[in-house]
Amino acid sequence: MKPFTYSRANEERAAVKEIAASKGAKFIAGGTNLLDLMKMNVMQPAHLVDITHLGMKAIEENQAGGLRLGALVTNADTAYHPLVEQRYPLLSHAILAGASAQLRNKATDGGNLLQRTRCDYFYDTQTACNKREPGTGCSAIKGYNRNLAILGTSEYCIATYPSDMAVALAALEAKVNVTGPDGDRVIPMGDFHRLPGDTPHIDTNLQENELITSIDLPAKGFADHYAYVKVRDRASYAFALVSVAAGLELDGDTIKEARVALGGVAQKPWRLPEAEAMLQGQQASKENFGKVAAAYLQGAKGYGDNDFKIELAKRAIVRALLLATEMEGKS
Amino acid sequence: MSTNQIGKPTNRVDGRAKVTGEAKYAAEFHVPDLAHGVVVNSAIAKGKIKKIDTSKAMAVEGVFKVITHENRKDYACYDKDFKDMDAPPGSPFRPLYNGNILFNMQPVALVVAETLELARYAATLVEVAYEEEAHETDFEANRGEAYVPEKYNSTTPPKPWGNPEEALAKADVKVEVEYAHPTEHHNPMEMHATVAVWEENGKLTVYDKIQGVENTLQYITSSFGLPKEKVHVLSPFVGGAFGSGLRPQYQSFLAVLAALELKRPVRVMLTRPQMFSFGHRPRTTQRFALGASKDGKLEALIQDVFAETSTFEDYSEDVVIWPGLLYKCDNMKFSHKLVALDEYTPLDMRAPGGTTGIFALESAVDELAYKLGMDPLVFRLKNYTDKDQNNDLPFSSKELRACYIQGAEKFGWEQRSKEPRSMRNGHQLVGWGVAHGAWEAQQAKASAKAVLTTDGKLTISSATADIGTGTYTVMTQIAAETLGLPLEDVTFKLGDTSLPFAPLEGGSKTVSTVGSAVKKVCEKIGEKLLRLAQQQANSPLKDAELKDVTFTDGRLHLKSDTAKAVSFKEIMQLGQREQLEEEVSSKPSEEQKKFARFAHSVAFVEVKVDEDLGAIQVSRIVTAIAGGRIINPKTAKSQIMGAAVWGIGVALEEESVMDNNYGRFMNHDLEKYHVPVNADVHDIDVIFVEEQDTIVNALGAKGLGEIGIVSIAPAIVNAVFHATGKRIRHLPIKLDKLL
Ligand SMILES: Cc1cc2nc3c(=O)[nH]c(=O)nc-3n(C[C@H](O)[C@H](O)[C@H](O)COP(=O)(O)OP(=O)(O)OC[C@H]3O[C@@H](n4cnc5c(N)ncnc54)[C@H](O)[C@@H]3O)c2cc1C
Ligand code: SF4
Repeated sequence: MKPFTYSRANEERAAVKEIAASKGAKFIAGGTNLLDLMKMNVMQPAHLVDITHLGMKAIEENQAGGLRLGALVTNADTAYHPLVEQRYPLLSHAILAGASAQLRNKATDGGNLLQRTRCDYFYDTQTACNKREPGTGCSAIKGYNRNLAILGTSEYCIATYPSDMAVALAALEAKVNVTGPDGDRVIPMGDFHRLPGDTPHIDTNLQENELITSIDLPAKGFADHYAYVKVRDRASYAFALVSVAAGLELDGDTIKEARVALGGVAQKPWRLPEAEAMLQGQQASKENFGKVAAAYLQGAKGYGDNDFKIELAKRAIVRALLLATEMEGKS
Repeated sequence: MSTNQIGKPTNRVDGRAKVTGEAKYAAEFHVPDLAHGVVVNSAIAKGKIKKIDTSKAMAVEGVFKVITHENRKDYACYDKDFKDMDAPPGSPFRPLYNGNILFNMQPVALVVAETLELARYAATLVEVAYEEEAHETDFEANRGEAYVPEKYNSTTPPKPWGNPEEALAKADVKVEVEYAHPTEHHNPMEMHATVAVWEENGKLTVYDKIQGVENTLQYITSSFGLPKEKVHVLSPFVGGAFGSGLRPQYQSFLAVLAALELKRPVRVMLTRPQMFSFGHRPRTTQRFALGASKDGKLEALIQDVFAETSTFEDYSEDVVIWPGLLYKCDNMKFSHKLVALDEYTPLDMRAPGGTTGIFALESAVDELAYKLGMDPLVFRLKNYTDKDQNNDLPFSSKELRACYIQGAEKFGWEQRSKEPRSMRNGHQLVGWGVAHGAWEAQQAKASAKAVLTTDGKLTISSATADIGTGTYTVMTQIAAETLGLPLEDVTFKLGDTSLPFAPLEGGSKTVSTVGSAVKKVCEKIGEKLLRLAQQQANSPLKDAELKDVTFTDGRLHLKSDTAKAVSFKEIMQLGQREQLEEEVSSKPSEEQKKFARFAHSVAFVEVKVDEDLGAIQVSRIVTAIAGGRIINPKTAKSQIMGAAVWGIGVALEEESVMDNNYGRFMNHDLEKYHVPVNADVHDIDVIFVEEQDTIVNALGAKGLGEIGIVSIAPAIVNAVFHATGKRIRHLPIKLDKLL
């Protein structure tokens, strides 16, 4: 780990100011990702601004009839919050499918949005990696890529963004509230993460000096018909090979609205609103779900070890939608 | 001898020390002025170091030294000086010897600094320029170059018998298939570490992670040319090793090197990624050809093995001895070839060769049984062997049939539906599988010392190890039983080269080897007590022979008359002895050579496979073990359960992934290299069947460290076939193989 300086911010404005003042500075929240990356010399910030003493720790109703999750609320507190459990069980389930109890107690919602890829080469500084060191090449494309992307890849990078929480947030159409030197702004989940293109080192559209303050959940939570399906190489404590967050609004057997987001397949939670729309007014049936699944994976590309994800993702979509349909409505 | 400590489910005597942190592992010996060494590893798999620039690292304040092949002190240069007690034939790797790179992640420098943090940081500043050469790490691509080693460090493959080719050609039903087992790394919880303490008088104390302190002593003294009297090696606790601590690893050597150079204590601890930079279970491919008659008699078996080794040592393990031990067949033939790659030498890993060989054998037999339309258990019974056909010897004991019967009953095997893909539970396909296995029950030479003091306390010592298996506990039990003392009055000491010699703790032979010495030395003390008692006037035991007396609760009394008794204390006081002391060596009996000595196991497994998504759950394991006399059912059960959990890992999860572009294992941490987590583990039932064995050793115990793992993976593979109709021949069975 490279030596660094450290300061603690007590107020949002001050935090933003501090980060802007020192080049290569980073915020630190739970530290469950950043510290690992620093120990492996993958990230070498010269200065850390500790934000854990800022507010941003509440879960409250927002004006739109939804909920606002403070950026520093832990993943555990979010998942077990009664209002989240009641109104956004999809989010609870997705969070609890990730990491371990210890990690979720420490990890924050803001930090989760910014966790970095789990590509093996990204973590090993003795190998070439465009995300870690732009211009060095991508070792994974011709190397080991079992856990990497099949959608939205580029010739420069095929990494995935590995979060579970964010897949549910994408399906729920959450919004990320941020503040920075130029003031506050709102970034819809769909625009928050970026595909690699030729700048794989930039994961998100958050600017360098911006602070995530909270996440807004819209009123609609799909609490009656939802499913989070996570397919992984062991039963717990493993990142998703493929995950699916599905939410349905049903009228009997007829679908009024459908949401589907995929995790583990791209550098962002993957949504295809056109494909979701195919289900509108249709019967909730395996056959119709299969069509949506096929549409989602159209254009998917495997890189050898991860070819199987294409078929797996299709099946996981169908499974998630079936589970969502079969739920006992709670209304 | 009537306290009956043996056979009691006793808690670990070191349990409290472990959970309170009182038990110290190698890295935890803090001494004043301790310096911290961090290893820099190579980025390439083959070539030479062109230039190594340590100036930036040296410029960091607090860095004492960066040791490289260019500036290191002199040490021995012959292969023989680097041969440790477990070295396979060849030329052992010598850390920082010269600028040649033999494998990826080879240590190329040691940065020694005032703190761990500084050393770690400075290690990132060491700049190494390489002259790269093309490396060979692709096992399959190099299989054509496989060779028969001049010498096997494992058993030489048995000579063929009968006429296998002809029998195969004539067989009614045949299976000719190939199985692959990946490379696996041991990954014990505790990472390898050494604290080397240099003292003014030139003495060296070494706290090492090792499965036998004698090996570190031998290795360090011969490679550095130090006299044995000057070096003291200690290893009181080991946080798991599974074979990775059989050979002193490079951190041992580097810690000593730095301590000698800097004349101060130095600690070197490896990181988790560095745990992937040395020995591992070798990648192994096996071709099996089996032939049977229509009625299910095994007529021919041919096994051809290709296994990975390094370019500098010929490592081999017992992959081909199992068919001749487990199936009766008049025509068998084996070969075992090595494929040399630019990697570190493989290293014994829990049931080396057994895990690999039995997985393939038991899968192939299962395939044959299905082809024959026979219950796989019935097939095994039909082809049961009462003889080790490799050496034409009878077994000292073999209660494998009892394992089948008791295991099958507990599991409910009778209710099995025959057809693959015939049982389901919602979208899960359910499958049942069975496999059996064996593991050697060896005894080696060992010594032990006993000291009995007037307060009735007994201290036994032997330089063996406790790698988590429960050595402290069972040795305490054996001693307490032999001399009729309560457990609290017995202390067992190990892991220290000042104690009597014991071999490496490996091969499941510690209870047998050290336990025999402990029993013998306690008997000697008992004899001494009796003689001493008899010297006293009016001794109630005057005419008694050893066989006529019993040791109970710190007393000696006549078997025929418990009233005729004297306490140890009285005996010693009257005899004017402060303490009684004995040291003995024990060795295997000549009788043993006339028998094949093995523990046996059978595993019945239920799996549930998600029909669409391929995810596999091992919902039930029943494993029955014939392991001779069970000294401590509690630690024994833990061993078998731990091994069963590992079996799940072998079957479904573990795999060190080689990137052949770099010649480097890429999944080098525990987030990426999967072992089972709690959620992967469901019901595990362990049965120990009665087994009497008077040959294996004086205790009748066979050792349980490895027998528990061998039959689990194949039983899972077979259950997956039964569930899905898909035969997976390449471990691990990750879910994509079932899509
Ligand atoms: C072994 C392991 C297994 C895991 N398994 C899973 C899993 O299965 N599924 C899953 O989803 N996750 C998993 N995780 C990841 C875990 O969820 C993340 O590490 C965690 O959510 C990050 O949150 P944090 O608060 O600790 O972030 P930190 O490590 O503190 O920060 C991460 C990044 O976010 C930035 N940051 C933090 N907060 C803010 C803010 N408010 N504004 C701007 N920038 C900010 C930091 O500068 C840093 O760059 C796993 C982690 C580990 C170590
Ligand atoms: S996939 Fe992306 S993160 Fe992985 S090696 Fe390639 S560039 Fe780096």
